[in-house]
Amino acid sequence: MSTTALAIGQVREPGGGLRDELAAIAVVWHRELLRFARNRLRMVTSLVQPLLFLFILGSGLSSMLPSSGHVNFKTFMFPGIIAMTVFFTALSSALSIVWDREFGFMREMLVAPVHRGSIVLGKCAGGATVATLQGIVILALAGVVNVPYSGGLLLTLVGEMVLMAISLTALGLLLASRMTQVESFMAVMNFVMLPMFFLSGAIFPPKGLPAWLSVVTKFDPLTYAVDPVRRAVFAHVQGAASVKQALSAGVRWGHWTLPISVELAVIAAIGVVMLALAMQQFGRTE
Amino acid sequence: MTVTGLHEPVRTDSGGEPEPVVSVASLSKRFGDVEAVRGVSFRVAPGEAFAFLGPNGAGKSTTISILCTLLRPTSGQAAVAGFDVLEDPLGVRRHIGLVFQDPTLDDYLTAEENLRFHAQLYRVPASQIARRLDEVLEMVELTERRHSLVRTFSGGMKRRLEIARGLMHSPQVLFLDEPTVGLDPQTRAHIWSYINELRVREHITMFLTTHYMDEAENCERLAIIDHGEIVATGTPETLKQAVGKDRIELHVDDPAEAIDELRDEFGIEARLSEGFVAFHVTGAEEFAPRLLTELRTPTRSIRIARPTLDDVFMAYTGRTIRDAEASASERMHSRSMARARMRR
Repeated sequence: MSTTALAIGQVREPGGGLRDELAAIAVVWHRELLRFARNRLRMVTSLVQPLLFLFILGSGLSSMLPSSGHVNFKTFMFPGIIAMTVFFTALSSALSIVWDREFGFMREMLVAPVHRGSIVLGKCAGGATVATLQGIVILALAGVVNVPYSGGLLLTLVGEMVLMAISLTALGLLLASRMTQVESFMAVMNFVMLPMFFLSGAIFPPKGLPAWLSVVTKFDPLTYAVDPVRRAVFAHVQGAASVKQALSAGVRWGHWTLPISVELAVIAAIGVVMLALAMQQFGRTE
Repeated sequence: MTVTGLHEPVRTDSGGEPEPVVSVASLSKRFGDVEAVRGVSFRVAPGEAFAFLGPNGAGKSTTISILCTLLRPTSGQAAVAGFDVLEDPLGVRRHIGLVFQDPTLDDYLTAEENLRFHAQLYRVPASQIARRLDEVLEMVELTERRHSLVRTFSGGMKRRLEIARGLMHSPQVLFLDEPTVGLDPQTRAHIWSYINELRVREHITMFLTTHYMDEAENCERLAIIDHGEIVATGTPETLKQAVGKDRIELHVDDPAEAIDELRDEFGIEARLSEGFVAFHVTGAEEFAPRLLTELRTPTRSIRIARPTLDDVFMAYTGRTIRDAEASASERMHSRSMARARMRR
């Protein structure tokens, strides 16, 4: 028995506890990236939808609108499309947890000597990385819609994308945490995705909405993701101040217009809560 | 049958019997109204190859899932490698390997990537991963396919890769849940030669479930499980000797009449099994000529067999494993329920 124990000790990295969990998060994250890198089709198709919205819907709508003081409608939509790309990718990357469960790989992870929370964190890190990368591809098109490639702006936007990617992946993981079939997750995803997208102000300013609906937009997490991106972009584009003010009015709670820092804090808080709930849901053992 | 008397304290001294590597006492698991495991108790010694033999739905997979900390027992105790499954599940998981009944590989990764994922999850030191990869791939003869995506593998190759993966972190106990179910006989024989070889090479304890008699014969000790209860434990030899009697199967025109006649004239309780009238006697060779002379029911053929594990199963449960499989179909419902829970 003692010889066996010795042999076991030799084939295990010392440490344990937190280091085991960090290693688990890293390896789950790495697998998500491997799988994403291998799936070129998914990489391309998930960019098609945002591009359609931006260039077809965007062009169509801007031709209907009066030219509003140099601010192109596509410029207005651009932040929304960045948020959309991150949001759609983040949500659908949570699909992998349902996929793993349906096709068995989940049990390989569940029986490993790590906490289930670490698997959720690794999945979240993986999904958020993929979502941010996809967002960066869209961001690269900034010049096409008259958004300048300024270092400060790009850095701000990437930072905001990382934050929203984490929170929105966490939301997806929470939705996925108890699901056993890919098909049912797809149904839930479709049910959640478009309403959240339309109410977020991504493609039109929410102030045109009826009062009750504009209340609903305040409960849409995506609202707090779109607005900071738009405010950062509008701070860097040319145009009449009144027009910019009309198109990027900010989110208001009553009479208080939220500062960007509060919006980012809201997104972070949503992320923490979603992640905690997902870990708790996922951690249950029969 | 050495496995009763489980309530005595576990020995910790190095002398005498070694401390069991798996020890289970009065373990039960209930899913709603269905009692899948009903108070089973057994021990497995270090280095032993131990099997659970029983029909589908007997509670084998449920017990394995509890030992691997994927399910929580309703009552009773279980310890693996010295760690309690409820108190220290991570301790248990660090010291076990598990080969599942259903595939649990990532089809979109290569064989090597699947193994690396596992090694890193189990914290095999980076300096040893490469050597260990070579070893286990070689053992299951998948070295040439190490860079192929798993989705291109056949069923047998996948199972071999799963066995290799279960060994990556040099576990103390390897659990194999129906390791060869659904594979062709040649592949099954292959997999068994790997299992036996690595048991010698890696000095690990094997705990497996099976409903194949020949597979159970490969093991040093087995527990026969039926309806969630262990009905007998021992080596294949001692179990067969305990049954003692030879098995006679008659092919007759009118089985019901033959069964009546055997009971009334010979005092033998026979049963209908797979179309044959089957019963057990001692000294079948001497009994057969007298039987054929005196039996009035026309007999087409007679078959005499030395005791097999199937007879052992029949002696303890009153049916053959295959009969039990057939009648277990209604219990499959509870089994799929158990599996759906496990996936969470």
